[in-house]
Amino acid sequence: MKSNKVFERAVHGIFLILGLVTVACVLLITVYLVISGIPAILEIGLLDFLFGMIWDPAASNPQYGILPFILSSIYGTVGSLVIGVPVGFFTAVYLSKKASPKVKEWMGAAVSLLAGIPSVVYGLVGMMVLVPGIREVFHLPDGASLLAAMIVLAIMILPSIIKVSITALDAVPKEYEDASLALGATPEETWFRVSVPAAKSGIATAVVLGVGRAIGEAMAVMMVSGNVANMPKLFESVRFLTTAVSSGMGYADGLYREALFSIALVLFLFIMLINATLNFFLKGEKK
Amino acid sequence: MKKRNAYIWTMRCLMWLAAGVTTSLTLFLLTFVLIKGVPNITWELLSTKPSYLRGTVGILPDILNTLYIILTMLLFALPLGVGAAIYLTEYATNKRLVGMIEYAAETLSGIPSIIYGLFGSLFFCQFMDLDKSLLAGALTLVIMNLPTIMRTTQESLKTVPQSYREGAFGLGAGKWRVIRTVVLPNCVEGVITGCILSVGRIVGESAALLFTAGFAHALNGFFEGLFSSGSTLTVALYVYATEEGNFEVAFAIAAILMILTLLINLSATLIGKYFERKSKV
Repeated sequence: MKSNKVFERAVHGIFLILGLVTVACVLLITVYLVISGIPAILEIGLLDFLFGMIWDPAASNPQYGILPFILSSIYGTVGSLVIGVPVGFFTAVYLSKKASPKVKEWMGAAVSLLAGIPSVVYGLVGMMVLVPGIREVFHLPDGASLLAAMIVLAIMILPSIIKVSITALDAVPKEYEDASLALGATPEETWFRVSVPAAKSGIATAVVLGVGRAIGEAMAVMMVSGNVANMPKLFESVRFLTTAVSSGMGYADGLYREALFSIALVLFLFIMLINATLNFFLKGEKK
Repeated sequence: MKKRNAYIWTMRCLMWLAAGVTTSLTLFLLTFVLIKGVPNITWELLSTKPSYLRGTVGILPDILNTLYIILTMLLFALPLGVGAAIYLTEYATNKRLVGMIEYAAETLSGIPSIIYGLFGSLFFCQFMDLDKSLLAGALTLVIMNLPTIMRTTQESLKTVPQSYREGAFGLGAGKWRVIRTVVLPNCVEGVITGCILSVGRIVGESAALLFTAGFAHALNGFFEGLFSSGSTLTVALYVYATEEGNFEVAFAIAAILMILTLLINLSATLIGKYFERKSKV
């Protein structure tokens, strides 16, 4: 009987350890990023690093300012939201409220496909269709630009926005809508003036998830944005925080390599900020 | 009244427009990639490795590498993810600990793959001395997919009725026996869904693998392959498209990835429906 108890305790302990693996991973990643990211920031100086406008690690007098990357990432994300959120939002309302079950099923499958397409495929199609298209339409020497990145990111965040918004809109109590309809509001008025406000924290969650996905995307952006460390302009080639890390990792060494880790740390802090916002909205939803 | 009509029609048109844009985008992407890619898929491409002597390209090594990574990652992630889920639903009594583990899982699923790649190259490739290898890549992906498997298992564990457990306890079974005979058999659905989702994510992953698994195209067996550098299909697509400018091969791989994505989504839906029907009976 006693050995049985010992056995049960041991099993409990094993499962506890398995449960703590995720926590350990988060700690490990955080510690590694901070430890490897801090030295270069100290050497370059925090202000020069974050607000320096020139990134030129190969020069004889190397400069490590990452403001162009930070701004490109922010502009790119905001741009993708401006394009993607309206499309995603109205599609979600349509699918949740108006579409017939059959349409909903088929378009749901289409959205899932959109979510599952690998980012390099988006990058490839962007390279072959979008970049030449932008070059032709705006008469530019090269179409690889911030605009191309914004459009690709807008398409990539579409599925998360649509799916999470649909979940929120589906969860709106039917009584709210019935009451509004009984008072004489048309279906459209009910959806946009009753259901949408009732689902607003869920829709906000969807947008924040989109922000997270857009700011963290590397490969697709790398393939369509031209990857030059310019200050962001709509029609010029830019480099994001993510692409700065991935394009330098292959060959960088010394302070250059350490600076890449610092960029990753900055990106990580951005993501943590987004996670905190996400939790804030999720908590609001639970209440 | 006129103003009201205008509002209704604007909203209606906006909804149709948005839904139309989403649908046509998906259809365009699907047909464009398939039309450009499928004609380039040949048996030679699928069954050989690249040869500089003959100047031919083959993606067999990349297909195998993708499979090796999927297998290895599931081998590690399944016990970890399922175990964590069992701990959370069956054992944990401390609310703060549960909250902490769930928060950690959420954080992990929010971290972008490029950061996983960087971490993997620092920890697995350098610190654990694995160099750029499929094993290092697979381990990096284990951390990435842990939250997915954990969450889907947890969801299906929550649907196991409490009375099943109580019944088993009442018959004198120990905790472990209850888990093994009552709880585990009932969470198969969540585990399978989690596996499918993770496989989908690995098939599409590139940034995290570029710096951990590298991009060699050598043809290796499973164990040899684990300890040598190798590219998966997505990484190969990236290399062929950007560094070698070989768009025929890139589109062929893109078409294969597209078909794989379709198959993965389809199987996820079918399995969901299958279990839904089963639970109703």
